[in-house]
Amino acid sequence: MPALSVWFVRTALFYLLLGFTFGGLLLSNKGVPYAPALWRLRSLHIEILMVGWFIQFAMGVAFWIFPRWWHEPRRGDERGAYLAYGLLNLGIWAVALPLLFDWSGVFVTIGRVVEAAAALAFATHIWPRTVGREG
Amino acid sequence: MPPLSRWFIKSSFVYLVATFVSGVLAVVDAAWDVIPGAVQVTPVYYHLFMLGWVSQLIFGVGNWMFPVYSREAPRRSERLGWAVYGLLNGGLELLVLAEVVRAFAAEQAGHWLQAVGALLLWLAGTAFVANTWGRIRGK
Repeated sequence: MPALSVWFVRTALFYLLLGFTFGGLLLSNKGVPYAPALWRLRSLHIEILMVGWFIQFAMGVAFWIFPRWWHEPRRGDERGAYLAYGLLNLGIWAVALPLLFDWSGVFVTIGRVVEAAAALAFATHIWPRTVGREG
Repeated sequence: MPPLSRWFIKSSFVYLVATFVSGVLAVVDAAWDVIPGAVQVTPVYYHLFMLGWVSQLIFGVGNWMFPVYSREAPRRSERLGWAVYGLLNGGLELLVLAEVVRAFAAEQAGHWLQAVGALLLWLAGTAFVANTWGRIRGK
């Protein structure tokens, strides 16, 4: 597994743990209320699991297993994928923190733009690798 | 494909069907109020989808395809892998049951079932990460 996929997948596992922890707190608190303020974690829980766990994991595995070239560099220009990793994780927190602390919607918008840029960067990398055996 | 992965993946397809059934129920209930009581179908729908389908499918494929941990224990702890399967599915089923019990039988019992379900799901996630982390590495 290439180093970038290790980073993607391990970061995704970290978010899985964080998202499940927030989800566990939310569900248990919904079942047996002990801290009403925990409800503020709901948006964070969704963002972390959807983007941090699921999308990040998909990117990491795609970078690892999609077709490679016969010549070096085997995965082509990797800069888009590295950029996607940085932007995606920046975007997650740029969206999550304003949701948690009720900051202006402008910050959430900026975060979503950063996440969109991450998606674009990753697509730029993976597009040429989405080929059949004949190239 | 190892047996545990087959169980994960086949179960994930059962939950995919259950997701769409609950989605239909949610829409029909919103339009015609056909489900008696205060059953909250929407949270069940999202959890069936994200945990039952997406996460369970990933767990199954990951268990199968990630780099081997060692020659002696290629998938690290098989026992912990099966525990993840039991905890994930047990926790998810408790969440669904909790909604039904809460709405139709005993509200307090439903609340406790939900709390226990939440704990099982958290244990499933933690155990999966613990068992998988060491397999995520380069050559």
